Amino acid sequence: MSVEKIGELVGVAFIFAGAIASVISAFGLLRLPDIYTRSHAATKSSTLAVLLTLSGTFIYFLLGEQFVSVRVLLGIVFVFLTAPVAGHLIVRAAYRSKVKLADISVEDALYDVLHKEEDEKKDGAGRS
Amino acid sequence: MPAAQLLLNIFIAFLWMLLMDEDELNFTTFLAGFLVGIGIIFFMHRFFGTQFYLRRFISIVKLIFIFASELTQSSIIVLKQILSPKLNIEPGIFKYETVLKSDVEVTMLSMLLTLTPGSVVMEVAPEGTTLYIHAMDVKQSKASLISQLKNFEKAIMEVTR
Repeated sequence: MSVEKIGELVGVAFIFAGAIASVISAFGLLRLPDIYTRSHAATKSSTLAVLLTLSGTFIYFLLGEQFVSVRVLLGIVFVFLTAPVAGHLIVRAAYRSKVKLADISVEDALYDVLHKEEDEKKDGAGRS
Repeated sequence: MPAAQLLLNIFIAFLWMLLMDEDELNFTTFLAGFLVGIGIIFFMHRFFGTQFYLRRFISIVKLIFIFASELTQSSIIVLKQILSPKLNIEPGIFKYETVLKSDVEVTMLSMLLTLTPGSVVMEVAPEGTTLYIHAMDVKQSKASLISQLKNFEKAIMEVTR
């Protein structure tokens, strides 16, 4: 088997795995109960999907056509830089605008902290 | 001094390129010489009394590998949870005190953690050392999450210190 053929097969396998991962994360988006758990499915599984798809493309072009595609690598880097920031901000904004956790949630360490902060703010506003 | 090591490395590469005595100066020969120089300096750096100047680079590569393995492991867990016919997860928010100090380190840690499936950093306390993390399944995966955090912390400290 030639190198081109192997590169093609490996690349296709990576892209296929990425496609499966993104389908599963779409299922997760539909099935999970609240915004916090959904954000896991939406932002995280899709980072894996993007990583697999783009590295599959990279391998395909590298071995199949001897073409080093720097743009694909840059795509991975930028997705990995922006995805966590977006996920963090969506979840933080949701919590700050009092979106409730799903009923199956068992622990909420943040509740007391934020509510104490708010009470202090209210007190401060009352005094001034 | 790291700069001295870099200069020495470039010098070795030049020497290598010139001693190869080719018809023209090739960049590939220079690169090969640079790699040989890296090898030499790696084995000799203890005589300089300074740290190896590519140490930080090596630890960045190590961090990337740790991240890749954690990413695949926790992805498999999350995908399994999504695909199980009955959703038996117990999401929740827990608190984690990190040993990392500077802003860059905490940012790196929370970024890596948010990238790995099954955990999102929701809030960073104003002091910057307490993270509030939302996890997909607190009861079962808290221990593995914390060991993952410790892994990341160790790797990040190697990079920044």
